[in-house]
Amino acid sequence: MKASSPISSSTAAVEPATLHCQGQVCQCQGDWTLDGLETVDPRWRKVRWPTGAWRLDGSAIRTIDTTGALSLAMIIADREQAGHPLQQLDLREEHQALLDLVQERRASAGTAPASSASGGPLERLGQRIVFHSVHALDFLAFVGEAATAMGRLALRPNRFRWRALFGSIETAGVNALPIVGLLAFMMGVVIAYQSGQQLRVYGANIFIVELVALTMLRELAPLITAIIVAGRTGSSYTAQIGTMQVTEEVDALRTIGIRPMDLLVLPKLLALTIALPLLTVFADVLSVFGGMVMARALLDVSFSDFLDRFPQVVTPLSFLIGMGKAPVFAAIIALVGCYQGFQVRGGADSVGRQTTVSVVQSIFLVIAADALFSVILGGVGIWR
Amino acid sequence: MALKVMPGEVVIAVRGLRTQFGDAVIHDQLDLDIRHGEIVALVGGSGSGKTTLLRAIIMLLQPAAGSIELFGQQIVGIGDSAAFRLRRRFGMLFQQGALFSSLTVRENVAVPLREHTRLPMARIMEIADLKIALAGLAAEVGDKLPGELSGGMLKRAALARALALDPALLFLDEPTAGLDPVSAGAFDELVVQLKQSLGLTVVMVTHDLDTLWNATDRVAFLGERRVIGYAPMRELTQAQHPLIRAYFEGPRGRAAQEQACKAK
Repeated sequence: MKASSPISSSTAAVEPATLHCQGQVCQCQGDWTLDGLETVDPRWRKVRWPTGAWRLDGSAIRTIDTTGALSLAMIIADREQAGHPLQQLDLREEHQALLDLVQERRASAGTAPASSASGGPLERLGQRIVFHSVHALDFLAFVGEAATAMGRLALRPNRFRWRALFGSIETAGVNALPIVGLLAFMMGVVIAYQSGQQLRVYGANIFIVELVALTMLRELAPLITAIIVAGRTGSSYTAQIGTMQVTEEVDALRTIGIRPMDLLVLPKLLALTIALPLLTVFADVLSVFGGMVMARALLDVSFSDFLDRFPQVVTPLSFLIGMGKAPVFAAIIALVGCYQGFQVRGGADSVGRQTTVSVVQSIFLVIAADALFSVILGGVGIWR
Repeated sequence: MALKVMPGEVVIAVRGLRTQFGDAVIHDQLDLDIRHGEIVALVGGSGSGKTTLLRAIIMLLQPAAGSIELFGQQIVGIGDSAAFRLRRRFGMLFQQGALFSSLTVRENVAVPLREHTRLPMARIMEIADLKIALAGLAAEVGDKLPGELSGGMLKRAALARALALDPALLFLDEPTAGLDPVSAGAFDELVVQLKQSLGLTVVMVTHDLDTLWNATDRVAFLGERRVIGYAPMRELTQAQHPLIRAYFEGPRGRAAQEQACKAK
């Protein structure tokens, strides 16, 4: 092995770097490389350093790499700062060249300014409040922009991207049928099972019809459908637009003269406003069916008894209230999903973060809107 | 197994390499030797398999047949732990930089060090700062995220990460693509300087004729699924093979040659 090559350290036999001082002379030996220095303190703080002018003899260093050169440079700088200047440095020529390079580059790069200390809790609170208010305003501006785009569309419907609309309806609606159906059915089973236990105690078995029908049609079916769609479709909207943002496709659309709002947002918004109510009807049917199955198994309420009573206790209004919420939920999910997509800045990391934010915010807003519906409908006296 | 390198020794030996994607054969019976301490460029028309060859050498792609030796060690069918040890010995600069977007530049450079050494964190950061300086970047760049960097700075930051473990071998995939002429020239200079002072062997894929003239010791021309010319640039441009002549004798090829001659 030729020791002069700075990279000839063999991974099999590493000689740890050593440094010994005697009198005014310090001697270095071994491999001053990443491997050789891995287990030692590179600043050699425990060494008894000579005071005053000293000599560093590194001619016995077997191999050196930038890590070793960095170590030497730090030792020399540390000693100099402590008032013990280096008088003489013996290194092999090629090792000296590497040390010179490291010293020169370290000097020319300068030192990074210390990162500004983060403020107190009050300052952080203030920053968060400002951050969230700015985003809330931004989101409102986005909703307004979508509304004006909708107005433009109403004036010139022939410019609408129908293919994008139908494509979105298929992916957001048709493809979601199995999962929405299965979960709605299971919700029906759970509700019927839990309340059936109580009803049987009072012998009020037949009231299972009211319980299942009203809970599902008015509240749970629209809500569960919206939550599934927020997780399934809202997140994909954010990821799609976010990735297009990263690859500058959104900017490309703008330069070609296509409004991203027209191509990326409106078809999605309209598609979801059509698909979510339809999915909700599907969820209504399957959740009530789940309740029926449970009612027959547990409470001896036959299918025909259930279906006889159903139209007597469920007014069309209950069904329409549930259905009326769906387009609102759809608009929330689509707008939040698209808005968060446009908020992506930078790279892959940002796409992931905004997707999370999108799902959390849309589910939160859907539930908040649902609560608002209950309060308003209660206020105007529509209970059934 | 000891991995020792001597100057002038062959560090990469490719023999009878065959790579294919489905039915499309990219390389067939390809041989190539790369010697320690040289800057070798892989050139060839689009689709001639330059990047594929690079990916096969750095173990990102399994060849269909043939052998590749890195530092004398066979890497076709290599085991996981041997591959891990070998990966410590080379650095790769990807075409788009491939810096991790959620980490700052300093943290990016620290990733290989954290993965391959047991050094304390403060020490890793010191070494990372040095690599950033070696790549010719100012110290404050270390705190920036990759998204905040210009194209030239991004390449330098990616180079700093490739140099993190003091590799013996450095692979560059189109290092100057997308850089302005001044930055591209400075990057070439940096690579040559680092090769000399760190004793690196450099293998790069490039289309940049100025880089070929100014920074390489030897150029391997890929065509017809193998290496059809392997010589220093001056000799390669004299080659008679029609593919090589077509590549270098366009107006751009001649302009770069004239400029390189003038500079010398």
